[in-house]
Amino acid sequence: MDSHAIVTGQEQHEEHEEHPAYLRHHFVTVEQQRETASFGMWLFLLTEIMFFGGLFMAYLLYRNWYYDAFVAGSNTLGIGLGTTNTAVLILSSFTMAMGVYSAETRNRKGLVTFLSLTILLGLVFLGIKSKEYHDKYVEHHIPGASFSVEDFVHPADKRDVPLAPDMAQHAQLFFFLYFAMTGMHALHMVIGISILFFLLYHAWHGAYTNGHTSTIDNFGLYWHFVDIVWIFLFPLLYLISRHPLK
Amino acid sequence: MSTPTEHEHHVVGPKTYGAILAALLVLTATTTGVAYLDMGVFNPIAALGIACLKAVLVILFFMHIRYSSKLMMLTVGAGFFTFIVLITMTLSDYISRNWGLW
Repeated sequence: MDSHAIVTGQEQHEEHEEHPAYLRHHFVTVEQQRETASFGMWLFLLTEIMFFGGLFMAYLLYRNWYYDAFVAGSNTLGIGLGTTNTAVLILSSFTMAMGVYSAETRNRKGLVTFLSLTILLGLVFLGIKSKEYHDKYVEHHIPGASFSVEDFVHPADKRDVPLAPDMAQHAQLFFFLYFAMTGMHALHMVIGISILFFLLYHAWHGAYTNGHTSTIDNFGLYWHFVDIVWIFLFPLLYLISRHPLK
Repeated sequence: MSTPTEHEHHVVGPKTYGAILAALLVLTATTTGVAYLDMGVFNPIAALGIACLKAVLVILFFMHIRYSSKLMMLTVGAGFFTFIVLITMTLSDYISRNWGLW
């Protein structure tokens, strides 16, 4: 059955010019196939914008509603770790972009190197993130039964304004959104790193450097998108509450 | 050679990627530095302005939209535009819901 298909296929092939094996028959050119793949990936990313957008919208509303609690909650986060993580993630976006470049220039060694570096930087990001999560655990700042308003009602730093107990309870809402947003972002990183291991395995065996780079291109788009989400999470969660309006 | 959907593929090189990386790192340092200054209402505006600038750099260069066809530019633009419309409409509902009641 298969061999029969190949024979008739060859007869048809004589009618038009040679094309690479990876060009699917429903596309006219390689370029059309490439753009279609990337168009589909972007449509998926647009649904992701709406998904994270809902969380951003919730954060925006509740921050206006319980402003003092959100300011106090935000100021317990470490700017140093947050900035470091932002730099790590931007660096990983760069190594991913260089991976795409290596695939396009058919450089197998380069592709393997840059995919490995991207995995490494992704893991460093998750490591720093888990250190931050652990800090929240130690400080009893995880929303739920073990949450303590102590740090907000009786702040250790005399410059911090103490919150009324009922407002301090609303700091839980800040931490709930903090864990939901950074957790959803971290989940995207975990999925991304898992896919990177898969890509690395196939890149090692010579895939993606034969001219057909759509898989690497599209994964690059995903990875950069996750970077963009963090680019907005970082100022919203860590930075904008340092000088609250009186 | 060209079909209606045809668009010449452009390979972005290490020089461009390196320059964008440097710009993104400088902007990250700037946004953290600016957070320590007391600028009142302009603190969140500066922070989000810099974040938007960084996102645009990533989209245009790392994600190749600068070198893509008009179809792709329009798709990405439409996505962000729709997102802004949704945020604006939700906020205007939230702001105006109690008008006249206080």
